[in-house]
Amino acid sequence: MENSFLIKTQDLVKTYPMGHTKIFALNGVNLNFRPGEFAGLVGPSGSGKTTFLNIVGSLDSPTSGSAVVMGKKIEDLSHKQAAWLRNQNIGFIFQTFNLLPVYTVYENVEFTLLLLKMSAEERKDKVMQALEWVKLADRAKSKPAQLSGGQSQRVAVARAIVKEPSIILADEPTANLDAENSFNILDTMEELNRELGTTFIFATHDEKVIKYLRRKITLVDGKVAKDEALEQKKVKGGNQ
Amino acid sequence: MIIPRLALKNLLGAGLRTWLNVVVLSLSFVLIIFLQSLYKGMGDQAKEAKIDIEFAGGQYWHESYDPFDPLTLEDAHGVVPDPIQEKIDKGEATPILVTQATIYPEGRLRTILLKGIYPQQSIVNLPSKFLVQEGEDIPALIGARMAKSAGLKMGDMVTVRWRDAKGTFDARDVQIARVMKTSVGTVDQGQIWIPLEKMRGLMSMENESSLVVVAKNTEDIPTVSGWDFKSLEFLLADIEYLVRTKTTGGSIMYIFLLLLAMLAIFNTQVLSIFRRRKEMGTMMALGFTRSKIIQLFTLEGAMHSVLAAIVAAIYGIPFLVWFSKTGWALPEGTDDFGFGLGEKLFPVYSVGLVVGTIVLVLLVTTIVSFLPTRKIAKLKPTDALRGKMS
Ligand SMILES: Nc1ncnc2c1ncn2[C@@H]1O[C@H](COP(=O)(O)OP(=O)(O)O)[C@@H](O)[C@H]1O
Ligand SMILES: [Mg+2]
Repeated sequence: MENSFLIKTQDLVKTYPMGHTKIFALNGVNLNFRPGEFAGLVGPSGSGKTTFLNIVGSLDSPTSGSAVVMGKKIEDLSHKQAAWLRNQNIGFIFQTFNLLPVYTVYENVEFTLLLLKMSAEERKDKVMQALEWVKLADRAKSKPAQLSGGQSQRVAVARAIVKEPSIILADEPTANLDAENSFNILDTMEELNRELGTTFIFATHDEKVIKYLRRKITLVDGKVAKDEALEQKKVKGGNQ
Repeated sequence: MIIPRLALKNLLGAGLRTWLNVVVLSLSFVLIIFLQSLYKGMGDQAKEAKIDIEFAGGQYWHESYDPFDPLTLEDAHGVVPDPIQEKIDKGEATPILVTQATIYPEGRLRTILLKGIYPQQSIVNLPSKFLVQEGEDIPALIGARMAKSAGLKMGDMVTVRWRDAKGTFDARDVQIARVMKTSVGTVDQGQIWIPLEKMRGLMSMENESSLVVVAKNTEDIPTVSGWDFKSLEFLLADIEYLVRTKTTGGSIMYIFLLLLAMLAIFNTQVLSIFRRRKEMGTMMALGFTRSKIIQLFTLEGAMHSVLAAIVAAIYGIPFLVWFSKTGWALPEGTDDFGFGLGEKLFPVYSVGLVVGTIVLVLLVTTIVSFLPTRKIAKLKPTDALRGKMS
């Protein structure tokens, strides 16, 4: 069932020059993901988690090996095709939220839809729907500077989900959040995963996140050390 | 249409810095239009004055006549041919005779141009009616500049000496009947006007003229041998040239201001591209291509000029309209413009000038805004997201 994989990597290698030698950020990674997964890459800092997400997210290309995402070979995409793939199919959530400061919450969420051919009403419906998913419809007119960290990350989730992408890549999404906000956002993401079937792939070393994962992939020095299915350990609401 | 919308939001979002740039740029807008239209007004005014008092609808010149070479004047006269004489008889043209002469004001020799004109003519707006001879003395008309430089005033007698057609020297006293005030130096400086028939008699140049001025808007201009018709275009060419020179000279001021604005915008662009790498990375993650981001940043810079045009219109239009009504009173004795001017200058605005200025500023701003964005073309999304720029 080759075709049922949303993401499939083969001998994925990414090196960075370092003086006369090179660093293997990824050193032969073979990982496949099916639609609807709620998976996470865990491992110490520098183990290659971000590098993997960047390549799968078509923000970067591998040094060797192959990454096929939604039938597209990342290493063969032009800059423009890669941008198109991201715009259509991939949502990103960053550790530092990365909201655009001059735009309102509404505009930040709308931003990604602006590149798609869509009527203004349709855009508005989708943006308001996404803001309701993250329970921020009442802050639509606020500027990012007026939001707390938890609210900012929820806007980022809304921005990632608004186009209903197949894949959402979340790199350390809770690293700048307190426990309550972390659980909050994880609850939201899990709910979206269940209701919309969106595949979530995390890069994290946060235990709170790991509790939510249904699949945990441990990376060590750019290699997959362990790839395990998890029992759901978390308690809904997170306040245990 | 999304890029302009985003660009405008970013630009307005940048706040004070944007407005500083916009204000400087808007000043260049207003100054360019103000100075250019002032020079245009100057030129138009000088031309109108010259047409009014000197050129009317153009001039026939005797083939030897060259106002820029006084030495040729001795031979530059002749009997007016019939086709032109007909016009004179019908009151559609008026002849003028010009020779060199000398006067001795306050005991010093001075070379002047002696010009004869019909006292009753109405082709040019020269107050020639004061040349109607009433007594013994030959009446003479001079301009205020001439009066000042020669120390002459109304009622004064002055001795004029010349060589007649046969080359013999002769002299007469003339009486200043009128000192006229005119902005046109070329009917004033170094010249004395006397009645044409009297002058012809004294010079033994019966029926002769050096040039014939035709009435304004004369359409039928017969070609006659020995006389060249000089159109207004030809006659006004030197003013046109002077205005162009002045305009160029005047541009230094706003070119400097424009340069300042461009420098500020360039600086803003460089800074904003440097500071907003992470923002660019985010946009790339959201699916923007580099070329879209370059477009966005270029447009952001270029929009300074759009905002500047709006700001310039807000304070510039009232100012320029007020100015066109009040005019600019020239300081007393402003004569060094190279051409005559009235006491007040009025700017002349044209659609071409305004549109041209906007297009020029828009173009320059766009180029200046684009240059720093070339860095983006090599920016990797991952580097941008990490706030790094290669
Ligand atoms: N742009 C880069 N240039 C050089 N080295 C890099 C770059 N990006 C990542 N690395 C290196 O690659 C390794 C993996 O990094 P990363 O994928 O960010 O790990 P993680 O996200 O697990 O902390 C690290 O040793 C890091 O220093
Ligand atoms: Mg990382």
